Amino acid sequence: MRLELGKIKINDVQFGEKTSVESGTLYVNKDEIIKLVLEDERISSVSVELARPGESVRIAPVKDVLEPRVKVSGSGRIFPGTINKVKEVGSGRTHALVGATVITCGRIVGFQEGLIDMSGPAAKYTPFSETNNVCLVIEPVEGLETHDYEAAGRMVGLKVATYIGEAGRYVEPDEVVVYETKPVLEQVKQYPDLPKIGYIHMLQSQGLLHDTFYYGVDAKVMVPTFMYPTEIMDGAIISGNCVAPCDKVTTFHHLNNPVIEDLYKRHGVDLNFIGVILTNENVFLADKERSSDMVAKLCEFLGLDGVLITEEGYGNPDTDLMMNCKKVSQKGVKVVLITDEFPGRDGKSQSLADAVDEGDALVSCGNGNVIINFPHMDKVIGTLDFIETMIGGYEGSLKPDGSIEAELQIVIASTIANGYNKLAARGY
Amino acid sequence: MNKIIITNNDKVFLKYKNIYDVVFLEKCSYTDVLNETRNKVHRGCKLITHPMAGSLKPNQTPYKSIIIEEHSNSTHYESIILIENSIESTLKFLKFKATPKWNEKILNDFKTVDLSLIENVVKNPMFSII
Repeated sequence: MRLELGKIKINDVQFGEKTSVESGTLYVNKDEIIKLVLEDERISSVSVELARPGESVRIAPVKDVLEPRVKVSGSGRIFPGTINKVKEVGSGRTHALVGATVITCGRIVGFQEGLIDMSGPAAKYTPFSETNNVCLVIEPVEGLETHDYEAAGRMVGLKVATYIGEAGRYVEPDEVVVYETKPVLEQVKQYPDLPKIGYIHMLQSQGLLHDTFYYGVDAKVMVPTFMYPTEIMDGAIISGNCVAPCDKVTTFHHLNNPVIEDLYKRHGVDLNFIGVILTNENVFLADKERSSDMVAKLCEFLGLDGVLITEEGYGNPDTDLMMNCKKVSQKGVKVVLITDEFPGRDGKSQSLADAVDEGDALVSCGNGNVIINFPHMDKVIGTLDFIETMIGGYEGSLKPDGSIEAELQIVIASTIANGYNKLAARGY
Repeated sequence: MNKIIITNNDKVFLKYKNIYDVVFLEKCSYTDVLNETRNKVHRGCKLITHPMAGSLKPNQTPYKSIIIEEHSNSTHYESIILIENSIESTLKFLKFKATPKWNEKILNDFKTVDLSLIENVVKNPMFSII
């Protein structure tokens, strides 16, 4: 499967008459976006606001972040199985508006959403302080249940990202990157002397407000499967969860999975990237047994020499992570884990809720419990009403002048457990 | 084997009290549910659901529901390790920050999420056969 990803670099976002891209500036038609959002009867009102790098702006509570993309050629359309028909994606050509995002926010699940600062000392902890963001503050109709509000917010984000992505269809990209993975027998033959490496991508799937979708299938009811890495770049996986902001894998992070990106960079250089094994994170221990057995079986069947494993969330998923690690290791496959840590503010407690002897190689994406300070911002997109009840916030977090003291885990993607961040722990 | 639900969430109690053996720890804490589970696991019960299901931090949600089953007379060591690790993690979180006093709307959301985790397990076809 071969995908050409055309990257159209976006340096600014402005409101305009027509949604279009001109000389690196994304223009968006506010009225058309509002009309699109209000097609959903579950939404009573929406406010569309722009947030650019360096501005004195705080966005909260953030639910999801998406990158606008459009399928220019090849099978299927963007976000298959959710807002477009189910059809295989991952081949042909796709254009991405790199440097632009759509951010859905609102009081969906107040205690589970995060914040983004566009400037100041806390901005460096989130990648979205460096992007030009179209923010949708969505309000539900009265009496709407929380999980319906989440579903409405999820669909609105996908619709608007797709609408804006269309603006890139006929724009000449600044850069075209080609990604290719062949069927396994051919792929092994292409670089026969290089180690065969796979990526085990664990999807958050524990239940209500903890869901991820693969071609529209709720990940908690699927069994582990193989995916060509380029499928994810066309929106085969979308986020539908409201878990802790710091390690929430937003839809943006699925589209731009850094593990896949880096494995492709070394594909044919010092490793042979065979593909992705998708699996889930379960509540029922019997489901954990089945999924981890199947993950190990797929690794053996593909003849992998080594794998990287990422998880989403803390606590329960740590057990899936360790079961995968143990069983895959027992098949003779080398395992490296990637995750963030919650070892307490002093960093002295256990980092994960579970551990196995085989888990002896781990890349840390940071400690979510560290306390940081957020200065006053001139403008708030959304509301600060939930700061003290959000994960990482506490009584007294929000100061009278609008500044905040909170744990790092309140920031969207600050310790994201696939490495799309700037924190690292090094051993000396 | 007989399934037992240990919970401090009245939504779970009301939904399952006539179907399963439910230990309802009314007005008890998240930690109390874990401790009661540990006591039963040490007496020979086996965990059916993960004690930390939900990815909500233990110092965030006040509600917890865990399903166990009566095991044979032998001790299920994997369950003991899992429940002990979960208690250790929970106490670590609570040491740094106590669970806030939430308003009714948020408490209701937490109860709903906790119930959904249990519902998804109970409606799993495997639940009745293992």
